Amino acid sequence: MIQPTYSNLLSMRDVSKRFGPTVALDGVDLTLKQGEILALIGENGAGKSTLMKVLSGAHPPDRGQMQLAGQPYMPRNPMDARQARVAMIYQELSIAPDLTVMENIMLGVEPMRTPACLGIIDWPKMRSVAKQALEQIGHPEIAPDACAGDLPIAQQQLVEIARSIALGCKVLVLDEPTSSLAKQDIDKLFAMLDQLRKQGLGMIYISHFLEEVRQISDRFTVLRDGASVGEGITAQSDNAQIIRMMVGRDVRDLYPRSTHIAGEALLELKAVAGNTKPKRASLTLHRGEVLGIAGLVGAGRTEMLRAIFGLDAIQSGQVRLATYSGHATPAKRWAQSAGMVSEDRKTEGLALGLSIADNTTLSDLKGLGPMGLVLPSRQQQATLPWIQKLKLKCESPAQAVEALSGGNQQKVAIARLLHHDVDLLLLDEPTRGVDIGSKAQIYQLIDELALGDGSRKPRAILLVSSYLPELLGVCDRIAVMSRGVLGEARDVSQWTEHELMMEATGQA
Amino acid sequence: MNALTHSSKFATMLNVFGRVAALAVIFIGFGFIVPDFAFFTAGNVENILMQSAVYAMCALGATMVIITAGIDLSAGSMIALAMVITAMILNVDGSQGPMVETYPTLWPIVAIAGGMLAGTCVGLTNGLLITSLRLVPFIVTLGTLQAIRGLAKGVADNQEISPPTNWLYHQLMFPVQGRTFNWQIVPWGVWATLVAALFAAALMRYTRLGRWIYAVGSNADTARLCGVPVLRTKIMVYAMAGAFAGLAGVLEFSKLNLGQPTGAVMYELYVIAACVIGGTSLMGGVGSIFGSVIGALIIGTLNAGAQQAGWPKWVQEIVIGAIIILAIALDQLRHRRKA
Repeated sequence: MIQPTYSNLLSMRDVSKRFGPTVALDGVDLTLKQGEILALIGENGAGKSTLMKVLSGAHPPDRGQMQLAGQPYMPRNPMDARQARVAMIYQELSIAPDLTVMENIMLGVEPMRTPACLGIIDWPKMRSVAKQALEQIGHPEIAPDACAGDLPIAQQQLVEIARSIALGCKVLVLDEPTSSLAKQDIDKLFAMLDQLRKQGLGMIYISHFLEEVRQISDRFTVLRDGASVGEGITAQSDNAQIIRMMVGRDVRDLYPRSTHIAGEALLELKAVAGNTKPKRASLTLHRGEVLGIAGLVGAGRTEMLRAIFGLDAIQSGQVRLATYSGHATPAKRWAQSAGMVSEDRKTEGLALGLSIADNTTLSDLKGLGPMGLVLPSRQQQATLPWIQKLKLKCESPAQAVEALSGGNQQKVAIARLLHHDVDLLLLDEPTRGVDIGSKAQIYQLIDELALGDGSRKPRAILLVSSYLPELLGVCDRIAVMSRGVLGEARDVSQWTEHELMMEATGQA
Repeated sequence: MNALTHSSKFATMLNVFGRVAALAVIFIGFGFIVPDFAFFTAGNVENILMQSAVYAMCALGATMVIITAGIDLSAGSMIALAMVITAMILNVDGSQGPMVETYPTLWPIVAIAGGMLAGTCVGLTNGLLITSLRLVPFIVTLGTLQAIRGLAKGVADNQEISPPTNWLYHQLMFPVQGRTFNWQIVPWGVWATLVAALFAAALMRYTRLGRWIYAVGSNADTARLCGVPVLRTKIMVYAMAGAFAGLAGVLEFSKLNLGQPTGAVMYELYVIAACVIGGTSLMGGVGSIFGSVIGALIIGTLNAGAQQAGWPKWVQEIVIGAIIILAIALDQLRHRRKA
């Protein structure tokens, strides 16, 4: 495929956007060349998603110019962007689960038999165009007739990318495309992006993960507080440099580590098996200890936490929490001083429409008013200390959680456990989709909780994470789950990233 | 931080104010359409309040149901069943003649309790079916909408039941505004509705159950994660919706002292419309009792106004339908602009 070359495929100059009094974008400069992957890096709330919405035409900018292939580009709505061949892959996939793969790929641009006015779909053409798009992204194994909802998430994402390819897109913008993918799928995705790069496509890759940025991007642009604050060639910059641009200061000691003193055993699992997963999980977690669980997505780590917390049934084996070992429900677990942070804060972890105060106090509404009543003012009062402790950026405890950034939402989910003052914290991917500043605060908090102080006994923390540096950074011991079977927990000093990966993939 | 607390309070006030303003516009509008300014008389206002009280009483429970992201289509049938049961209890004969004549004060109270209990039982059944069979509320209550209407007809043997006259008829929903001003202002039934609304609003705002209802509707998975007894909360809510529908049935009965098994047809739709006009979201998690009460007043005013404007029945129906859609569309538009 031969395309004319321009010095810049896409350029943005001084693009700004405000919503009422809030300045979302404040002078963004960005250039994207043909056949390159530009990483767009920034903390949550730095303006990445607003920038994406400006590009897609959802929010026209207040100021600034954009050019696409040498022509002025000013989309007024998403349809304009589509016609200009600028495609977006959002974090939340937009697949119609009940339609087939090819129907999804050709959605809205279905080929018609002549005469087109009759609106009769040309199925053979539809199939061939869809097939070609799937081949072009290097995944001919996806059947055009398969029901899209039956495919794994990773393949659904590929279908969405194939949709953009079938439309002949010139610019592809991907918003944290790996956030819900397992390691192998990430590698496949990167291989495909590399292939598209060779075909001359320009791509903007939005991500938190510097490792990924390093692996896939040619150049990067850093956003902070709505402005572009730096750019560079990925291979010539080190992580410390990029992080400094992102947060505007040095983040040293990302992983604080005090010496934790392990106390009595708080949680004990004996050969626990769930309905499908986990198959066999045994562990002992002591007060004052941070135990990490590594493993691939789908290995059964989340299912293990859910079984411990009484959200899923247990088939066999035994869970003992302090002195309790009977049937568990979430309500009982809270009463036994255990709390859980769900991996999926949007659909399970938080009630997004409710206030920070409601979300924080929901599990424990006692003592918030006379005669068992719950006074909203007391709920808000009870929430304030946690807002301050966690440096949660919000306007008031009465603010709806959906108005907060990802990092701050996660802090609300964690505040609930602090409000309830639990002894055992089950944390499932607590830093997923969280900006680096908030991450550092969460690590600090985990350390403090495990340490305890004069007024409060140390707590026990079970931490599930797919981010290995984090596990190695904050845990005292780590165990690896592979295909539903939990391995032996070993001291963190006995693990390396490589060994964790080998064990997780079952090659150890 | 204070700034937002104030601004969100301001937004809530604006919300309430907007609805009251809509009610005022509709009321004044019909005031000029209805001949001889008859719409502005105290007697007419009282009449509107009495009709609205039936919708409002029922809407208290319906609001809770809708806030849990459920729906209750059986409200009209529950009202009819409660009317019939109330009438039948008043008709019971004791050894010394009709019970209502032996115990003129007490027996109607028993009848009220009976009507309320009938509604509660149906609501409880709705709740149990929804939670134990894991069926969507729309389907379950669509079924009970039919079944309870049938039950009401069967219990009443397809007859209207007319008990001996009693204080329910003379006090609960009997107009008090005649030629001279009466300090009671409105019938006791309207006052009772106001008290019930205050009770329901306090329950939603100041109790644990109220917080749970909002949480279940906003995100049932989160509620479960936080140890909220989700199923029990839903059962409670449907049972309460039944109880309020039962009370609405008692009010409806008292207007004519007649237990009509074929009465209150379509009331569930008026009640749902009242909730939605009042700002309750069918997606759950959002809504307020006072919003629904204002919504009920809007529906009551629309019905009375359209009737008195002298339009043919079919014109009334089209106008009311159009205004309901317009009201909700305007509200959505306002929300979208805010977002």
